[in-house]
Amino acid sequence: MERLQSAPAPTGPAGTRTRMSGVGRVLVAVYGVLALAALGRSFVQIVSKFDEAPLAYALSALAAAVYVVATIALVRPGRAWYRVAWVTLTFELTGVLVVGALSIIDPALFPHDTVWSWFGRGYLFIPLVLPVLGMWWLAKHRPVEAGAA
Amino acid sequence: MIDWFTWLQLAVAVAAGLLCLALGLAGRKPSDLSLGSVAVVEVLLVAQVVIAIVAPLVGNAPTGSALEFWVYLVAAALVPPAAAFWALLEPNRWSTVVLGVAALAVAVMVYRMYQIWTVQGI
Repeated sequence: MERLQSAPAPTGPAGTRTRMSGVGRVLVAVYGVLALAALGRSFVQIVSKFDEAPLAYALSALAAAVYVVATIALVRPGRAWYRVAWVTLTFELTGVLVVGALSIIDPALFPHDTVWSWFGRGYLFIPLVLPVLGMWWLAKHRPVEAGAA
Repeated sequence: MIDWFTWLQLAVAVAAGLLCLALGLAGRKPSDLSLGSVAVVEVLLVAQVVIAIVAPLVGNAPTGSALEFWVYLVAAALVPPAAAFWALLEPNRWSTVVLGVAALAVAVMVYRMYQIWTVQGI
């Protein structure tokens, strides 16, 4: 749904087009789906069994929230959102690497699944691949300089 | 859930997804064909909503978490309209690809719903 709200923002403050035209919109779509999936899942986890694994489920909720922000930040034009996009993507990449590694080294730490367990295996490793693709895209589409792209 | 209907739904969603991906990568803008295929996916999802409401009343209840099932179903039903809305807003080849991604995402979600309904504990 966040895509819906962000879609009609093709013009930025300085008249810059959104950086998410072209193939970038596919990236946003996948991000939107992942955000939706993570949100739905953490909603279910928290409503039905939060007591079982507060840490894992709180982490799920945080990850879901960050995916939503990242989706919006990718679409929005302007420097501020560009920076937000970098921060959220870095957070995601760090999260999937750290939690992914920990969940393999010491499974007892994360007895319940999070988006990031086993490097996002439960999500076809999309959480691992997506931040990297997103960063590559951001690096190629800086605001202002290449804003018209 | 009804087995054959779910498999039909899966087949349609996968077919629509691949069709839209192919059309999009071939450079086509969203057309009646691509939007229509995604519309069929949505219609089947709405039918699934009706089935999921009626089935437990006639003794066909989910073996897994009904809450989880419904979150998936509602989320899945939101995806095709969102993709179609975007396609109409900014029609170009990549919005056709997005339609395909949306249909494939629905397929994954329907499969997951099927697991929740029929196989407890997966």
